[in-house]
Amino acid sequence: MASVPATELRDPGRLRASRRRWLGTQPIGSLFSLPYLVFVLVIFAYPLGFAVYIAFHDYFFTAPGVEVAKPFVGLDNFVTVLTDERVLESFRNTGVFLLINVPLTVVLSMVLATALDSGVRWASAYRIAFYVPYLTASVSLVGVWMLLFSSGGLINSVLGPLAPSPSWLISSSLAMPTIALYVTWKQLGFYILLYLAALQNVPRELHESAMTDGANGWQRFRAVTVPGVRSATTLVLILAIITGANLFTEPYLLTNGGGPDGASSTPVLLIYQQGIQQQNPDTAAAIGMLLVIVVGLLSLTANRLTKES
Amino acid sequence: MKTIRPLAILGAAALLVAGCSGGGGGGGNGDGGGAADATGAIDIWLSNNEQELAWGTAVVDAWNAENPDEQVTAQEIPAGASSEEAITAAITAGTAPCLVFNIATAAVSGWVRQGGLVDLAQFEDGASYITDRGGEGAEAYMTDDGFYQLPWKSNPVMVMYNRTIFADAGLDPDNPGMESFDDFLAGARQIVESGASQSAIWPSPTSEFYQPWFDFYPLYLAETGGTMLVEDGAATFDSDEGRAVAEFWASVYAEGLAPQEASTDDAMAVGTTAMQLAGPWAIASYGDAVDVGFMPVPTSTGSGDVYTFADSKNVSMFTSCEAQGTAWEFLKFATSEDSDGQLLELTGQMPLRTDLAATFPDYFEANPSYETFADQAERVADVPSVPNSVEVWQAFRDDYSAAVIFGTSSVEEFLSGAAETIDGLVAE
Repeated sequence: MASVPATELRDPGRLRASRRRWLGTQPIGSLFSLPYLVFVLVIFAYPLGFAVYIAFHDYFFTAPGVEVAKPFVGLDNFVTVLTDERVLESFRNTGVFLLINVPLTVVLSMVLATALDSGVRWASAYRIAFYVPYLTASVSLVGVWMLLFSSGGLINSVLGPLAPSPSWLISSSLAMPTIALYVTWKQLGFYILLYLAALQNVPRELHESAMTDGANGWQRFRAVTVPGVRSATTLVLILAIITGANLFTEPYLLTNGGGPDGASSTPVLLIYQQGIQQQNPDTAAAIGMLLVIVVGLLSLTANRLTKES
Repeated sequence: MKTIRPLAILGAAALLVAGCSGGGGGGGNGDGGGAADATGAIDIWLSNNEQELAWGTAVVDAWNAENPDEQVTAQEIPAGASSEEAITAAITAGTAPCLVFNIATAAVSGWVRQGGLVDLAQFEDGASYITDRGGEGAEAYMTDDGFYQLPWKSNPVMVMYNRTIFADAGLDPDNPGMESFDDFLAGARQIVESGASQSAIWPSPTSEFYQPWFDFYPLYLAETGGTMLVEDGAATFDSDEGRAVAEFWASVYAEGLAPQEASTDDAMAVGTTAMQLAGPWAIASYGDAVDVGFMPVPTSTGSGDVYTFADSKNVSMFTSCEAQGTAWEFLKFATSEDSDGQLLELTGQMPLRTDLAATFPDYFEANPSYETFADQAERVADVPSVPNSVEVWQAFRDDYSAAVIFGTSSVEEFLSGAAETIDGLVAE
C-alpha cells in the first residue's frame, strides 16, 4: 500500500494542488463526464487497441481455456494484405466510390438545402422526401434498387435498346458507380439537414447587400452561401469519406458480395470475409488498420482543403 | 479538460494492456471442462428448418421422458448471417451448447483449430458407433485423424426441373434425356428458345464460398466418380474432368442459358427458370406449387449411376459441454435407427447410414418420389475436411466467377490459378 508523503499531510496547499492535478478544479464535472469517458474507452479505445495487437500477431480466436501460441509477426500481416490483389482492388473500388459519392453528396446536398432554405413551395414535403431514404433500413431499400436495376428491371425497360449490357449490377464498370449513386441518394437527406442548419447562420444582410451590388442568384450562391457554410462542408466531406470508406451493406446485398468478380468489393467486405468467415482475424485487422490510416489521411486532407485561409 | 487527460490516459492504458493480454488466458487442453463420462442437463441447437425442429422436439421429448436426471433443452441456432458464424462466435465466447445438429463439414477444421470441438473417438464406443452407422464413408469426415463430427444426414444434390415448363418446351417430362453435357445444353437451349422460361437453369451466381456446392462441385463429383476437390493435400480439379465441367458451365453462361445475376425472388417458384440443383428438401418445399421432377446431374458422357454432392449436415460436440457423457448418449439416441426413421418421415432428408433403402423400405414404398434420392444417397461425397477450408472454397469461387460466370479470364487460368492457391492454403 502506497503511503502519503508526510510533507503533503502537513501542507494542505500541496494536498489541494495534487488533488486538483488529478481530479481537476471541478471534480463533480469530471464525475459527470466519467460515464461517457468509460463508454469511449470500452467501445472505441479497447477494440482499437486490441485490433492493433491482433494485426501484429499470428492471431486466431480460440475457445476459452485453449492455450495456443499467437506469436508476434511484425509486419507480416500487412505484407500479406498489401500483396493480395483482392485487397488492392477493394481499395481501388473504394476510391472510385468516393470519387463519385463525395462530390455528388456535397454538391447535391448544398444545392438542395439552399433551394429548400429559399422558401420553395412544398418545402416540408421535399424535406421529408429527402429524409425518408436516410431513415429507412438499407436492407429494404436495396431490394427496391435490385428490382429497378436488375437486367429485366424498370430502368432497363425504360431505356430499351439503350440499356447497358451487361446490366448495371453485373457490369464491372457500372456496379460501383451504381452503388455510389444509391448511397448518395440514401444519405442525401442527412447532409441536407446539416446544410439547412448551417444556412441559418448565414446573415441575410450579406445576401441583401450582394443584391444591392447587383449580384444575381448564382453569384450570391458562390460568393455568400458557399463560404458561409464552409464549416458544414468540412463536416459533410469528412462524414461522407468515413461512411463511404466503411461501405459494407450495399456491396454485400446489392451486388451479392462485391460482384461481379470483385468489381464492387470493399475493404470492410474483405474484413468480414477474412475475419469472420475464414477465421483470419489477423489479416482482417491489418486491413482495418490500413483503412483507418487511409480514412484518416483523406479526412485530414479534406479538412485542410476546406480550411479558411 | 486538462483534468480529464490523466484519467483518460490511465484508463486507456489499462484497457489496452488488458486488450493486449486478452484471448490467450487459461490453461486447458481444448477438451473443455467436461469429462467424457460426466452426466447432467445439456443444451442442444437445431437448424431453424420447420420440419427439423419438429423432429428435434419429438426426439428431445422422448429422451426427457426416459431420463429425468439428464434433461435436454433444445433451441434453434441463434440468428446470424449463417449458422457457422453464430457457432464460431459461441465457441470463442464459451457459450456453445453441448451438441449442434447442423454442422457443415467445411467449417469443422476451423473449429478444431479453435479448440472448440470434442473428438468423438475419445468415447469408448465413439469410433465404432460412427463407422458402424455410416459405413466406410464415415471416415471421409475425419479431421486430423479424429471424429469431430458424426455424419448425420445428407441432401444429395440432383437436377430439379419444372415438368410443366419442360412439356411447354417440347421436352419429355418423364424422360428428358439430358444426362450428357451436350444433351443438357441442347435441352436448355430448347427451353429458352421456345420461350417456355426466361432461363434454363439459375444457379446462384453470387460470390459466397459455399456456392460451388450447387453448381461446379456436384458435376465435378459426377464426372470423376466421387473425387473430392482436394485429396492427399492437393487440388484435384486442374484436370480433364475439371476442365470439362468448367467449360460446360461457361457455355451455359455464355449462351445466356443461366443469368449472371441473382434472382430477386424464388426463380423456380415463379417460373423464371426451369431447373435448379437441389436436394430432397425441395420436394416438401415446393409441394403443390410446382410440378417438379428430378434427374441426376449431367456428365460429359451421360453415364449412369453418377456421384453427387452429399450436402450433409452433421452433429458435433463442443468442448464447453460439461456433461459430455449425457451428450454422447443423447447423440446416439438421436441417431439411432428409430430416430433416423423419424427424421426421414418428418423431413425427407436422408440419414447418412448404410443400406438406407433396405433399412426403411416402408417409407420409400409410401414415398416413391424420395426413392430416387435414397438411391442417389448411396453415391455421394462431401467437401474435403482440410485446413483453411472456407478460404479454399472462397479462393475457388473467386476464380470460378471470373472465368466461368463473367468470362473475364479463361477456364485454363481459373483451373491452374485456383489449384495453385488452394495447394498453398491446404499446405499451411
